[in-house]
Amino acid sequence: MSRTARLTVLLVTLLLLGGVATVSVLHAADRAGRRDVAQQGGPTVAPGAVSLRPGARTVVFRSTAWGPHRDELAAVPADRPQAERTASGVKCERFYAAAGTGICLRADPGAVQDGYRAVVMDAQLHDLKSFPLAGIPSRSRVSPSGHLAAWTVFTSGDNYGSLNFSTRTSIVDTRDWHLEENLETFAVLKDGQRYQAQDINVWGVTFADDTTFYATVASAGQTWLVRGDLGARTLTTLHSNVECPSLSPDGTRVAYKHRITGAANDVPWLLYVLDLRTGVETPTAESRSVDDQAVWADDHTLVYALPGDYGSDLWTVPADGSGAARELLGAALAPAYLG
Amino acid sequence: MYLADRRSSATATAEAAPGHGPGRSAVRAVSATVLALGTVSLITDISSEMVTAVLPLYLVAGLGVSPLGFGLLDGIYNGVGALVKLSAGVVADRGGGRHKAVALVGYGLSALCKPLLLVAGSVAALGAVLAVDRTGKGLRTAPRDALISLSSEPEHRGRAFGVHRAMDTAGALLGPLLAFVLLRATQGQLLVVGGDRAGYRAVFAVSGCVAAVGVVVLLLFVPGRSSGGAAGGRPAVTRALWRLAGLRRLTVCAVLLGLTTVSDSFVYLLIQRQLDLPAQYFPLLPLGTAAGFLLLAVPFGLLADKVGRRGLFLAGHGALLTGYGLLLGAGGGGWVPFAVLALHGTFYAATDGVLAAAAADVIPEAHRGAGLALVGTGQTAARFVCSLGFGAAWTAWGPHSALAAAAGALALAAVLVAVLLRTERPA
Repeated sequence: MSRTARLTVLLVTLLLLGGVATVSVLHAADRAGRRDVAQQGGPTVAPGAVSLRPGARTVVFRSTAWGPHRDELAAVPADRPQAERTASGVKCERFYAAAGTGICLRADPGAVQDGYRAVVMDAQLHDLKSFPLAGIPSRSRVSPSGHLAAWTVFTSGDNYGSLNFSTRTSIVDTRDWHLEENLETFAVLKDGQRYQAQDINVWGVTFADDTTFYATVASAGQTWLVRGDLGARTLTTLHSNVECPSLSPDGTRVAYKHRITGAANDVPWLLYVLDLRTGVETPTAESRSVDDQAVWADDHTLVYALPGDYGSDLWTVPADGSGAARELLGAALAPAYLG
Repeated sequence: MYLADRRSSATATAEAAPGHGPGRSAVRAVSATVLALGTVSLITDISSEMVTAVLPLYLVAGLGVSPLGFGLLDGIYNGVGALVKLSAGVVADRGGGRHKAVALVGYGLSALCKPLLLVAGSVAALGAVLAVDRTGKGLRTAPRDALISLSSEPEHRGRAFGVHRAMDTAGALLGPLLAFVLLRATQGQLLVVGGDRAGYRAVFAVSGCVAAVGVVVLLLFVPGRSSGGAAGGRPAVTRALWRLAGLRRLTVCAVLLGLTTVSDSFVYLLIQRQLDLPAQYFPLLPLGTAAGFLLLAVPFGLLADKVGRRGLFLAGHGALLTGYGLLLGAGGGGWVPFAVLALHGTFYAATDGVLAAAAADVIPEAHRGAGLALVGTGQTAARFVCSLGFGAAWTAWGPHSALAAAAGALALAAVLVAVLLRTERPA
């Protein structure tokens, strides 16, 4: 083939493929634009003040319903989840709150790539202090007193051109802003012995009080439920095959993701409840895979997110294994029960 | 070690570069085939790295799954890639050079995977697509390096590989940039957990188009080789390769040094932990290495042609050893992470293309593909073994002692390699 012919073929190819690429980008941009318009039959959302202060019992969550208030923190009365949503104007990727303190994992639009921050908020959702994050926001929790906040991010990019992931979990004390940046620096105690490994990952903190918390520790392909002690800087393993624990308000049980070995890759986790006193594990009636850190609406009821048409939907199921799962709130995630 | 190496290189320079004009520019002296292959690699790396860059976000945000555990599959893919690489090298040499055809299949396979990402809706399906992508990468590496070496004059091979690796790395740096610009253009926020996948689909579609352009450039602008050595069956190839004392020795050296080369992810973890670097800078560390590699690949290719490729290959490991030393002895200081990353990039620039150029010196044309694959696979396998060993040492003794052990082993390996390479005149 002559040089001219080759250049012509290249030019035609560039035009064709350039056209395909342009159309796909325009199509995606158009879809993104439509997400700013409210969907027919979707939840009604109105702007207003959202408070984290104890008062009437409410659920504060990230609303992913299409429309002008998409991805804002919104509130509904706990007993009327279908009521009109009050949207706060504050955007968070992940959120949790307790006793008037909020933790918001937020994306900072950068010129090219987003950066992420963990923002501690007061009861009026005003920023108090923020901490830069090393990766993609995943979990966040606040201790019952509102004094401690914890968050987990996924970090990647530690292997150039490869797909390796790890987690990084931090806890901050909102009274003196002391930051434990990486819980991997705590001593892991397994069967009474110090356990050391280079592949230790910690994620999914849930607080008992201002010293004790529970979390997941993973190493060598296994996961454990650990009890953490902030003063002693230790993580003590209690039970295996537990991920993303969530402590019940009475402190007696932990809801968690239980990995099903041998199951298809698409259904890897079931929602279980562990009784901390007896060690008895109870599967809940939710039969779908749950990849979320569940929240206790009260001592008997679990709430968790499942993928839905508009991001994700919140579902609820009894904690004692009875009943059935039912949808609680569409187009919502990261709920916190207040009041 | 570095001084001993320079002494042996001085004689090499006198022998290897009698008519070497200093005024010729690096790019002009590189053949059109090398520039075309460099362009193909640049385009292909833009395509593949734009996918790699958004895949964690896509898994968490688009598919709504945790990426933990997904990394386990990665090791398996790399193992498959090494086996594929070796057989691709052998097949590519058959009939006097089917390098272009085998490389084309490799690039084509990876290009086909990009549209498949659009329909892979589960982690299992994504894993399968990525496995095919890795196979394509394994297929194309050895025949591509064989083509680079065959289309360059022996005295300019270092420069040819340097130019190719610089173009390759430029693509790897541009890919993520393009991906995030596209995500920015197609959706307001990158992270919509369990949310709309349209933005990611656009990235995959554009990635597929870019990869296809790479294949077309390869098809149109890289000449196939019709001339070349005699056809040979598989047993003949194996025997012929084993008889090459020079190749045997170089492979042993690459394996010895590979066994003591701590993998990138460990290096970044060590930088972060030993130096207590703020966590938000962690994702930027690989960029530092890549930038060093990009800037130094061409100058070091030129240097390799002047002072001897083997010497520079060894000196590159000296840079790595210096990096380990800084990590071990650093008492803080803001410059230390920069210095370690610069040394890490220097290590890549002085070893990656340089090893291929050195290997090409001792492999006859008829077995170039298989020979290059042998050295490359040996090195990769050795580094994998080192990863496993380093992980175990970290677990048993903690990071500081593990790194000290690795540094000691690297120093020992470097001395052995220096002795091994001195017993033979450098090419």
